[in-house]
Amino acid sequence: MSTYTQDVVSYDEALTRYDPVLGLEVHVELNTATKMFCGCAQSFGAEPNSQVCPVCLGLPGALPVVNARAVESAIRIGLALNCEIAQWCRFARKNYFYPDMPKNFQTSQYDEPIAFEGYLDVELDDGSVFRVEIERAHMEEDTGKSTHIGGATGRIHGAEYSLVDFNRAGIPLIEIVTKPITGAGERAPEVARAYVAALRDLLKALDVSEVRMEQGNVRCDANVSLRAKAGDDATAPEQLAVPLGTRTETKNVNSLRSVERAVRYEICRHAAVLDSGESILQETRHWHEDTGVTTSGRPKSDADDYRYFPEPDLVPVAPTRERVEELRATLPEPPAQRRKRLQADWGYSDLEMRDVVNAGALEVIEETVAAGATPAAARKWWMGDLARRANEAGSAVTELGVTPAHIAELDGLIRDGRLNDSMARQVMEGVLAGEGTPTAVADARGLELVQDDGALEAAVDKVIAANPDVADKIRDGKVQAAGALIGQVMKEMRGQADAAKARELILGKLT
Amino acid sequence: MSTVTDLTSLTAAQMADGLAAGEFTSVELTQAHLDRIALLNPVLNAFLHVDSEGALATAADVDARRAAGEELPRLAGVPIAVKDIACTQGLPTTAGSRTLEGWIPPYDATIVTRLKEAGLPILGKTNMDEFAMGSSTEHSAYGPTRNPWDLDRIPGGSGGGSSAAVAAFLAPLAIGSDTGGSIRQPAAVTGSVGAKPTYGGVSRYGVIALASSLDQIGPCARTVTDAALLHEVIGGHDPMDSTSIDAPVPPVVEAAANRDLTGLRVGIVKELTGDGYQAGVQARFDESVELLRRAGAEIVEVSCPHFDYAMAAYYLILPSEASSNLARYDAMRYGLRVGPDGVDSPSAEQVMAASRDAGFGDEVKRRIILGTYALSSGYYDAYYGQAQKVRTLIARDFEAAFEQADVLISPTAPTTAFRIGDKLEDPMAMYLNDVATIPANLAGIPGLSLPSGVADEDGLPVGIQILAPATQDQRMYAVGAALEALLAEQWGGSGSVLDRAPDVTTGVTTGASAEDAK
Ligand SMILES: [Zn+2]
Repeated sequence: MSTYTQDVVSYDEALTRYDPVLGLEVHVELNTATKMFCGCAQSFGAEPNSQVCPVCLGLPGALPVVNARAVESAIRIGLALNCEIAQWCRFARKNYFYPDMPKNFQTSQYDEPIAFEGYLDVELDDGSVFRVEIERAHMEEDTGKSTHIGGATGRIHGAEYSLVDFNRAGIPLIEIVTKPITGAGERAPEVARAYVAALRDLLKALDVSEVRMEQGNVRCDANVSLRAKAGDDATAPEQLAVPLGTRTETKNVNSLRSVERAVRYEICRHAAVLDSGESILQETRHWHEDTGVTTSGRPKSDADDYRYFPEPDLVPVAPTRERVEELRATLPEPPAQRRKRLQADWGYSDLEMRDVVNAGALEVIEETVAAGATPAAARKWWMGDLARRANEAGSAVTELGVTPAHIAELDGLIRDGRLNDSMARQVMEGVLAGEGTPTAVADARGLELVQDDGALEAAVDKVIAANPDVADKIRDGKVQAAGALIGQVMKEMRGQADAAKARELILGKLT
Repeated sequence: MSTVTDLTSLTAAQMADGLAAGEFTSVELTQAHLDRIALLNPVLNAFLHVDSEGALATAADVDARRAAGEELPRLAGVPIAVKDIACTQGLPTTAGSRTLEGWIPPYDATIVTRLKEAGLPILGKTNMDEFAMGSSTEHSAYGPTRNPWDLDRIPGGSGGGSSAAVAAFLAPLAIGSDTGGSIRQPAAVTGSVGAKPTYGGVSRYGVIALASSLDQIGPCARTVTDAALLHEVIGGHDPMDSTSIDAPVPPVVEAAANRDLTGLRVGIVKELTGDGYQAGVQARFDESVELLRRAGAEIVEVSCPHFDYAMAAYYLILPSEASSNLARYDAMRYGLRVGPDGVDSPSAEQVMAASRDAGFGDEVKRRIILGTYALSSGYYDAYYGQAQKVRTLIARDFEAAFEQADVLISPTAPTTAFRIGDKLEDPMAMYLNDVATIPANLAGIPGLSLPSGVADEDGLPVGIQILAPATQDQRMYAVGAALEALLAEQWGGSGSVLDRAPDVTTGVTTGASAEDAK
C-alpha cells in the first residue's frame, strides 16, 4: 500500500499540470407511497423501526414484490435523461455483509439496468451548455440507517454500539451513473455542481422524488481522477487520448456547494500526491462539510466481489414499447427549455431570470402570473419584500402564508386604481399577519384611493393656489415640476389618492 | 386396537367423508393423532414441535361450525403436519437449524394461511435436514428422524419428518418442500405419496428459502387422491410471491378420480433406469410399466441426454442461491447470537461470524462455501453461468420428451432407505439419492412419487416417479391414481403398501426408546 499525504496544491497550479476526469453517481430516493419490494409506507421522520414488515426486515421466508410505480418512475427518469429503456431486464443480488442490510444482500440491478446510454445537457454559470453522458440508471433498494453511538467520529469504528433504523430499508432508489466526464478542464467542479443541480431540477419537474439533498433524498458520490495535461484544450483529441488516472470516490456529498468543493479539494489533493511522485490509492473517501477536506475511507478496488447474480425471487421487468411511449408522453418540458420559454414570455433580463432561478422562485412566479398578475409585479413581490421576509424568518418564500392568488389579487387592486404602492405594502402586512385576502385587508383597514374627483380636484386647486411659483413653472412647460405639487396633493389627501390621477388633473389645469 | 387408533388409519378423503357424515368429530380425529404422536414421536422424532392446543382449538371450531350447519371446505377438520420450513405465526419455526432455535415467526406462510382458512388443524412442525439440505434428515440439528419401516434407517430427506409422520399414521397429510427431491424421495423410501407441483404452482411466501429458483411446496399423503386434495388447498396464485403462476390450480382432484389410461403415452426416461438402480427398485418399476401397458397405455422410451449433467448443474445452482439466501442469518435481528471466544467487546462482524459458525451445521457450511465460490468474480461464468446453460438444455430435453409422451416415468430414488449413518461421511453418495428427482426441479416441471411395492432383497418400499409438463400437474395425478388402483388390485388387503410395514408400535407401548427398538 502506498502512503500518501494530505498536502494539497493550489487549484490553479493543479490545473497547469493535470486534466481532471469526473464520474458522478447519484442516488435518488423515489417519492413512491410504499417501499421498493413491500407494502410498507415510506415516511420521513417516522418512529424508528415502525415502517417495517417481514420483507424489508429480511425475515426467513419473506419474498419481494416489485413496486410498479417505482418502475414507472425509473423509466420516466431514464427517458428524461435521453436513455434507452431496456426491453427486458432483471434485478440482481449484490451480496455483502453489513449490519444495516437485512438480507445481507442488496436487491439491485447489475448488467441489465432499466435505462442506459443517455445524456443530460447542463447549463453552466455563463450560460454555456455542457453535455454529461449518462452510462446507466438502475433500480435498487436502500439499506437501513445506522447510528453509531460513542467513539469520536460517529463512524462504526470506535463506536460503543450502533442503532439501526430499518424504516429506510427497502426505500426505492434510482442510481444514476455518468460516463467519465472529460473535457471540463478547470470547470470540472462547476460542471459537477451544475450537473447535480440540473438533475435535481429534472427530478423535481418529473415529480419522482422530494429531492431534498439535506434529507438525503439525493446523494452524490463523486469520483475524481487526474491525468497528465496534454495541452491547453481539455477537449482536444490528444488530451482525451491520455489514459485515465487512479480514481477516488468521495461518498455522500449532500449539497450542491459541497459537490463543487469536494471535487475541487480532491483535484488539489490528487495533484499534491502525484507531484510528490506517489500514486493515488484507490479508495472511498469521506467529505467533511465543516473543514472542507476529505479523509480516507476504506480501500476499494475493482476486485471488490459482490457475487452478483440474477435475483431468483423476482421475474424480469419487461415494459412494452407502448407503455414506454405512454410514459414518454407524461414527461414535463425539460427545465432548461422551460426557463428559456418563461424568460421570453415574461420579458425578464438574463440577470433577473438567474436571480429568480437561484432563489427557487420560478414556480411561484409562474403560478402568480397564471393567477393574473403581471410578470413584473410577480417578480417584484416575490423577489422583493417577500424574499426579504422569508430570509429574515429563515423559511421558504412559499411558507409565509402568502399565495400566488394573493399577489395576483393585490396586483389587480393596484392596476384597478384602488390601491397605490404604499397602500399595497400595508395590505401585504395585513395578509402576512393572517388578516385575510388583500381585498379583505384593504376593506378592514379602510385603505382605498379616493375616487371622489370632487375632493381630489378641490385638493389640487388648493395646492395650486398655495404654490403659484410652481404653477407658473408648469405653465412655462416645466412639466417635471408637477411632482412637487403631486406630493402636496397626496399629503392633503392623507395618502388616499391616486397619484396618477392627481398628476392628470394638475397638468390639465396648468397646460 | 382402539377405535381412536382406527381413525388414524383412514385416508384423508375417508376422514373428510366421516366428518361430513358426522361419524366422528374433528376433535376426536385430531386427538387420535395427537395420542399416536405422543406414543410414537419419542421413537420416530418426526415432529420437532407438537401444537396440541392449537390443533384441538381448530378442530373444536370446525366441529362447532359444522354443527351450526356451515358449509365447510372438503378437508375441514382433517389434521395436518407442516414441515418446519414454513413460517407459522406463534409456533416455533427452525428449518432444522440451531440458528433458528426458539425463533417464533410473527407471520404465517401463505400456505399456512390457506390451511387455516380451509380448517385443517395443524398438529405440529416436522423434522427436516437443516435448511432442507440433505436426503436423509440426518442433517437436522435436532437429531435424525427414523423410518417407520425400520428404525435403523433414514426416512429420506429433507422432508423425512413429514414422510415418516404420514407413513406411521401420525398425520394423514403433511406439507413438504422439494428443491431436488425432498418431497418425492422421502415418499419413496417410506411407502407414501408425495408431489412436487409445477414451479410457481404453490406460493413460496413464508417458506424458508433454500434455492429460490428450485424450491417448490407440495403435499405429502398416503394416497394420490389425498395428495390431490391437499394440492388443491395450498395451490394457486399468490401476489406475495412474484414467481407464483397467475392461473387457476390445475384440476388435480378431478384427474385423480378419472383414471382412464387408454391411448396415454407413457415415456420411460432411458437415462433414469438401469445402472445405479437397486435390483428391487428396478424390478418394481418394470412391473409398474407392465401394469400400465396392460391397462392400455402406450409405453415409449425417450432419451434426455443432458440429464448426465443435471447433478453437477444442480450442485452449483443450489449452493449459489443458498449462500445468498442464508446470508440473512447473521444474529443481528433474530436467531442464535454468540460472541467470539476471548473477545471482550466484539464488533458486529465478529458476532456475525461466531454466530454463523455456531448456528450452522457442516452440510450447510459446505454448501455456503461452494456457492460463495461458484458466484465469485472470475468463476461465475465457468460455474453458475455454465450451470444455467445446462439447465436450459435439460428443459429442452424435457420439451422434446413431452412431444413423444404425455407423462414420463422413472424410479423415484435409486435405492431403498439406507441405514442411518451410512452416507453421512460421503456427501457425493448422499447427493446421488436425488439423481432421478433433480431434473424436474431444474426444469420447473411437476413430479409425483407413489409406492410401487417393496424390494425383494430388503422388504423396503420402492417409489415410482411420474413427471408431467409444466402446468399440467393433473396428468401425473391421473396416471398416479390409475397405477395406484392397479397396484392395489394386485396387492389386495387395504391396497396400501403400508399394510406390509411392521407395526411400529411393537415394543414402543412399553416406553422403549429408539435405541432399544434397534
Ligand atoms: Zn416492509
